[in-house]
Amino acid sequence: MTKRENETVIKITDLSFAYPSRDYVFKKFNFDFFKGERIGLVGPNGSGKTTLFHLIMGLLHPSEGKIEIFGKERKVENDFVEVREKIGLVFQDPDDQLFSPTVAEDIAFGPLNLRKNRQETEKILKETLETLGLAGFEDRITYNLSYGEKRLVSLATVLSMQPEVLLLDEPTAWLDEKTIKRIARILNNNSNLSYVIISHDKKFLKETTNCIYEMRNGEIKIKKK
Amino acid sequence: MIKEKFSEGDSLLHRLDPRIKIIVALFFSVIIAVTDKYTSLWGALFLAVAAVAVARLRTKELISRLLVVNSFIFLLWLMLPLTFPGEKIYTLASLSVSREGIKYAFLITVKSNSIILVGIALLSTSSIFNLVHALRHLYLPDKLTQLFFFAYRYTQTIHSEYIRINNALKIRGFKPQTNLHTYKTYAYLVGMMLVRSYDRSKRVYDAMLCRGFKGKFWTLNHFVFKKSDFVAGIVMISCIIGLVLLP
Repeated sequence: MTKRENETVIKITDLSFAYPSRDYVFKKFNFDFFKGERIGLVGPNGSGKTTLFHLIMGLLHPSEGKIEIFGKERKVENDFVEVREKIGLVFQDPDDQLFSPTVAEDIAFGPLNLRKNRQETEKILKETLETLGLAGFEDRITYNLSYGEKRLVSLATVLSMQPEVLLLDEPTAWLDEKTIKRIARILNNNSNLSYVIISHDKKFLKETTNCIYEMRNGEIKIKKK
Repeated sequence: MIKEKFSEGDSLLHRLDPRIKIIVALFFSVIIAVTDKYTSLWGALFLAVAAVAVARLRTKELISRLLVVNSFIFLLWLMLPLTFPGEKIYTLASLSVSREGIKYAFLITVKSNSIILVGIALLSTSSIFNLVHALRHLYLPDKLTQLFFFAYRYTQTIHSEYIRINNALKIRGFKPQTNLHTYKTYAYLVGMMLVRSYDRSKRVYDAMLCRGFKGKFWTLNHFVFKKSDFVAGIVMISCIIGLVLLP
């Protein structure tokens, strides 16, 4: 495989993980992700795609193995603080992601945590809403949004942190074609962004990624380039 | 959804800086709680009613809130006159009603109603989020403001889980009756509601961590302290001090 830049962002070595009282999801699992890569991740339900994302973000911890991100080993909660500032995860269910009363406050939550000042935050807020076609949504109440709108706002809450890497968990599920196209365009226009997309939408993956990995039985394999 | 019914409005009190409102409400509550002078208490009740009038709240909802509080006070009326030691004014079999007991129950009634009314007029005219911000600006410890906010946020979560499960029951033709099936279903509903809301709250918290949450809420909308806020604050505080000084 030719790498655009030979900088490893995520390196997972011999990782094992199991949910309590269930069989191993991963056993001696290996995965490398390089800067500039745009990969799609497919695999049957329950094959561990979402679990992999949660391990990378430090929401779950492996029983064995090593996770290196940005060249440093990440083990305990504190190691992942930096990871979370640079890698953005968009959850599968937008109701898990949104918690503030208004759209503006939810989108500003990340940038404010990154200690951006008020002017910067407001600028980011405006730009993010505009790129996602959500201009005018600032004062809408998050729990009154439609499902599709909630998904777009979820994406906005993560994009507003200007991450280097995005992990998207089923970003197109239940969205209309126009909105899916809009998301594809945003991803393609942002040439500095690296990402992994879990999706069952083959057309969307074809438009946005240059390599497909398949997960099966706790292993990951390149399916096609 | 749990609605903050009173927080929508455009009265003088709605527009007031929530920080001022919190301080005044707190000051009023403490003063009234420790005063025993009748003139001061009547004055307090009058001020409280006036504040509610200024806030222009819907009377029907206001009364339904007061009923909740007064149902507890009603229990005191049952207990206190019979149990409080003092001058007996009426005797029924082995029970006797004491003058001091009635006086005490009456004081509690006036005090708690005044405090609740002022609480409604001043605090529930701000949204929860604004109150949380205000508490932060008043330098309340982060842990306490977070507790307050999450308690509110997760009550919403539990409520919305309840609605979801209830809808799932309804669309499959569930009708509550007096039988084991109904009890069992309700037990499942409660159990599932708690488990699911716990899970959801954990996932929301995870999502917050993923966006760099480190235990502090940074606020987007800052309050602007206006001259009118200052004046209103001074006026309200002087009214309360005036109450204490009443003969």
